[in-house]
Amino acid sequence: MALNGKVPAGNLTEKWTKYRASMPLVAPNNKRRLDIIVVGSGLAGAAAAASLGELGYNVKCFTFHDSPRRAHSIAAQGGINAAKNYRNDGDSTYRLFYDTIKGGDYRAREANVYRLAEVSASIIDQAVAQGVPFAREYGGLLDNRSFGGVQVSRTFYARGQTGQQLLIGAYQSLSRQISLGSVEMYNRHEMLDVVLVDGKARGIIARNLLTGELERHAAHAVVLATGGYGNVFYLSTNAMMCNVTAAWRSVRRGALMANPCFTQIHPTCIPVSGDYQSKLTLMSESLRNDGRVWVPKKQEDAAAIRSGHKNALDIPEEDRDYFLERRYPAFGNLVPRDVASRAAKIACDEGLGVAPTGLAVYLDFSAAIERYGRSKAGVMGLHNPEHKKVIELGQNVVEEKYGNLFAMYEKITGENPYVMPMKIYPAVHYTMGGLWVDYNLETNIPGLFAAGECNFSDHGANRLGASALMQGLADGYFVLPYTIGNFLSNDIRTPKFDPNSAEFLQAEADVKGRIDQLMGVQGKQSVESFHRRLGKIMWEKCGMARNAEGLTAARRQIQELREEFYKDVFVPGSATGDYNPELEKALRVADFFEMGELMVVDALNREESCGGHFREEHQTEEGEALRDDANFAYVAAWAYNGWDTDPVLNKEELVFENVELKSRSYK
Amino acid sequence: MENMHLKLKIWRQGGKFSKKGEFVTYELDNVSEHMSFLEMLDVLNEKLITQREEPVAFEHDCREGICGTCSMVINGHPHGPNAGTTTCQLHMRFFRDGDTITVEPFRAKSFPVVKDLVVERAAFDRIIQAGGFVSINTGQAQDANAIPVSKESATVAFDAAACIGCGACVAACPNASAMLFVSAKVSHLAMLPQGKVEAKRRALAMVKQMDLEGFGNCSNVTACEAECPKEISVENIARLNREYISAAFVYDEKEEKGGGAG
Amino acid sequence: MSWLTNTLSPVGLGWFGGFLTSSIGKKVLMALTGLFLISFLPIHLLGNLYLLKDDKGESFNLYAEFMTHNKIIKAVSYTLYLSIVLHAIQGLLLWRQNASARGQNYAVKVTRAVGTNPRAATRMGWLGTILLIFILLHMYQFWLQMKLGNVPRAAYGNGEIVKDLYNPVMDAFANPTFVIIYVVSMIAIAFHLWHGFQSAFQTLGLNHGKYTPFIKALGKVYSVLIPAGFAIIPIYVYGDSMGWW
Repeated sequence: MALNGKVPAGNLTEKWTKYRASMPLVAPNNKRRLDIIVVGSGLAGAAAAASLGELGYNVKCFTFHDSPRRAHSIAAQGGINAAKNYRNDGDSTYRLFYDTIKGGDYRAREANVYRLAEVSASIIDQAVAQGVPFAREYGGLLDNRSFGGVQVSRTFYARGQTGQQLLIGAYQSLSRQISLGSVEMYNRHEMLDVVLVDGKARGIIARNLLTGELERHAAHAVVLATGGYGNVFYLSTNAMMCNVTAAWRSVRRGALMANPCFTQIHPTCIPVSGDYQSKLTLMSESLRNDGRVWVPKKQEDAAAIRSGHKNALDIPEEDRDYFLERRYPAFGNLVPRDVASRAAKIACDEGLGVAPTGLAVYLDFSAAIERYGRSKAGVMGLHNPEHKKVIELGQNVVEEKYGNLFAMYEKITGENPYVMPMKIYPAVHYTMGGLWVDYNLETNIPGLFAAGECNFSDHGANRLGASALMQGLADGYFVLPYTIGNFLSNDIRTPKFDPNSAEFLQAEADVKGRIDQLMGVQGKQSVESFHRRLGKIMWEKCGMARNAEGLTAARRQIQELREEFYKDVFVPGSATGDYNPELEKALRVADFFEMGELMVVDALNREESCGGHFREEHQTEEGEALRDDANFAYVAAWAYNGWDTDPVLNKEELVFENVELKSRSYK
Repeated sequence: MENMHLKLKIWRQGGKFSKKGEFVTYELDNVSEHMSFLEMLDVLNEKLITQREEPVAFEHDCREGICGTCSMVINGHPHGPNAGTTTCQLHMRFFRDGDTITVEPFRAKSFPVVKDLVVERAAFDRIIQAGGFVSINTGQAQDANAIPVSKESATVAFDAAACIGCGACVAACPNASAMLFVSAKVSHLAMLPQGKVEAKRRALAMVKQMDLEGFGNCSNVTACEAECPKEISVENIARLNREYISAAFVYDEKEEKGGGAG
Repeated sequence: MSWLTNTLSPVGLGWFGGFLTSSIGKKVLMALTGLFLISFLPIHLLGNLYLLKDDKGESFNLYAEFMTHNKIIKAVSYTLYLSIVLHAIQGLLLWRQNASARGQNYAVKVTRAVGTNPRAATRMGWLGTILLIFILLHMYQFWLQMKLGNVPRAAYGNGEIVKDLYNPVMDAFANPTFVIIYVVSMIAIAFHLWHGFQSAFQTLGLNHGKYTPFIKALGKVYSVLIPAGFAIIPIYVYGDSMGWW
């Protein structure tokens, strides 16, 4: 089946303006009659729920957290991009669009990306008006910094807590709508199924996590803003509760999962330290503005470091390989994430890793400390300052810029990064793939919308830094509130849906069946142990580098593990009348198995390397990704119909009318 | 150290344990100093599950100190004895082999225990809903640089906005007062021109809701600041007091008269 | 709505009742009465120091006579009594309310504080109760006896006959039990002030990086010097009666 992205006709720069102006509207008196369910209260969900409530719709918003302020958007550190050109450095909507398309290795839909760049400026305006305390300069105006993959400074930031501040802004707007009665908030409720009536999404089944009761909620439309599926890998920078269940249950009801193999591996995370490890901690990409990435040139030095006989300071300058600067002189340490991650992996594969596990490279600030120290000494009028003084001054500057990140690193590792270079290694961070949506952010199921990380739309095969916050908020504040009217304008005479109808009762019974099945196994192994094993398969065979042999094996291993899971998992406690986090996990992990298998199938199908998807069979002689635009310039949107049949591929051909497809070069 | 032995005295409540709650002592071996406190509890839970016992319920999510989900009081300190650290970022290298560690839930009447170490903090949401926002709709905003904000004000606002809403202030306060939480939000918004507009209304409404929720009164003990994982200053409480006192004496809520032509 | 709000509503001051019964209003009342009591202490101390003057109580008794007959001072002293009553009642109510806000107590209880003494800060209720008992005893022992006229009379230079409070004080402080009670109470007041002095400013919203350090330092000096000044008197008098100096 060929998919239609419903991209409006016309010139790229005018598509959204014209479309927005000609879209059918829902009159205020009719909005009051229409119910919308928003699942998720992160940036996309909270922004959408608040904005839809402001417009006058009746909104029900669901989160599995105890409060809508906790979604994982909160953990984004570095910043948010916007084409404001406040720095007068040549930024523009087109340049942000171009950088995003190129950064995504030409696997995203042009019109969506242009729209994203277009509304990006409004997001900053909106956030500032909400009271988001962005970094400012002494003149009182907003400050910017640069991020990987671009040559302008367009990233707005709030120390290392940009995601938190933006989410709190959205949460406050949401809270206001809750107090006004236009949004009804359901905390500690997890969506476990979507309900279709006559082929359209008209409600959800949610489980009250405190009581275990299943609830049926009906509405005229359902918006999923449920985040990404990075936790398929078990170890990732995602929060522990991030999961794919809401999206996956929609897939099981007929929605398509697009480009599931496009996962982003973030280059700067604190390396794994032991088997008990539950998650990985990201060190913001902004650190690459000042940190230099290196490994020892000689394997024997690396081995000595690993065994504890040497440390970073023992390696003289000439024996260090600043491999990003060497390989990519134009962008240096600021190459996009996928490129930086792969380069680190290659270095460690060559036996040059610097942690006891062999899996770490250095991120070194000593050059920056010295540079800042000299400049500061100059400002202070110190001529020929002592080296010690320079270092001290430089450390102060670095502390001002990255103090909280350095403190976090020291808290976790127990090492002082002002003296000893940080050890970092790539880790799963973000998933570009997600539910297939058209230009309206509507999935192939009418009335089911997907916003934020849970859709596939804007980042292609690789996301640029500081663009996730931008996309979540663009979808939630400025896209979905308009485009949902397209669907709802046909429903102004549709009465409220009855949550006691046969469709709802059937969906509830299906969910109950799944719960009973998991509770009934009463095997020997914990949910967590299965999740770890799944993660290991995914990371080893469907991680930074993939090949047909490994992927084929992985698919078989996942299927076997899944079978074992349903035979031997042990879920303690009871399904109702009690708070049971183990059951919550079991339901999520069950869906991760199916999602993981689909990722492998997609990775196997995509016989090219692009962005975060690197197939070892497809690389240049220098080891760079080799795209195949002739055969793979399409979105792979998969239908999944159960364990016994292969997933079915649907293609949406990507048409590039405004940019020329080039091989990405950061050299 | 890679194989510490610990004695964990953990509060269990609900499920198979009594409704009123009780302490249960667990022994745990092979605790590595590189584990976070929550990873240590993961290991304990894994052990309990293999023994077919009910694992300890505790809340957690991001495990990087920003979501505010994790709670628990460790040896009398909310988020444990390390200053400026959430439980998820507290590492076992700060404990010693052979230690007995007492783990309790955050305790406050306004934070009822859900199960074991999990408490309900919805009171905080209701306080924000009472007025912890700027009343603007999506799309109304002017250009972000239209109003300059001094770097100093932005810094003070940020320091207050760093609050993660975890509730450690309430748990630490001998009076279970929520003043640090409320004052952080009032300060954050009052320090910015965008929030200043309705600062008085906000202070009155949020304090009213705080009182309705049954939190205790502030006696300036400052335990809140001492235990706050984001080290939010009690200067914010003084600012709230100022805002509230001036609002109480000068702010008169005028309702707009309805009607209009046409 | 509290009873206070209801009572004040008819005269258009419902908002004031609402303020006074809010958690911040209650603390403002504590702070204002507390600061008033604080300001009274040095005046009281200065008068008491006459006890140490070697004139057989003349200056002290004349001072006491002045204090009980001056109209302005009388008005101030009624404000003072009212402050003590309000501070005590409000304090006890807050104590009870705060204790119940916890619900179940912690098994391990530790209190850390920033810029104040956590031991004093968490025991303001106990310290205040000791002080209340002390004040009742103190007022019964001297103030009430003076009011009822159960004290001897003395005549000085101009022939004026005044009530002699000096000798009953001397008698009382010759008794070691009273000396201990007074000194212990002064220690309690020192701790109460150690936290209370700066806390009052914080409650009134007066906290600023530039002047708070000074207020805190002043509070510490004050909470040591004033109670020490008071405590010297019974000790000195007792020592004197024992012929130590």
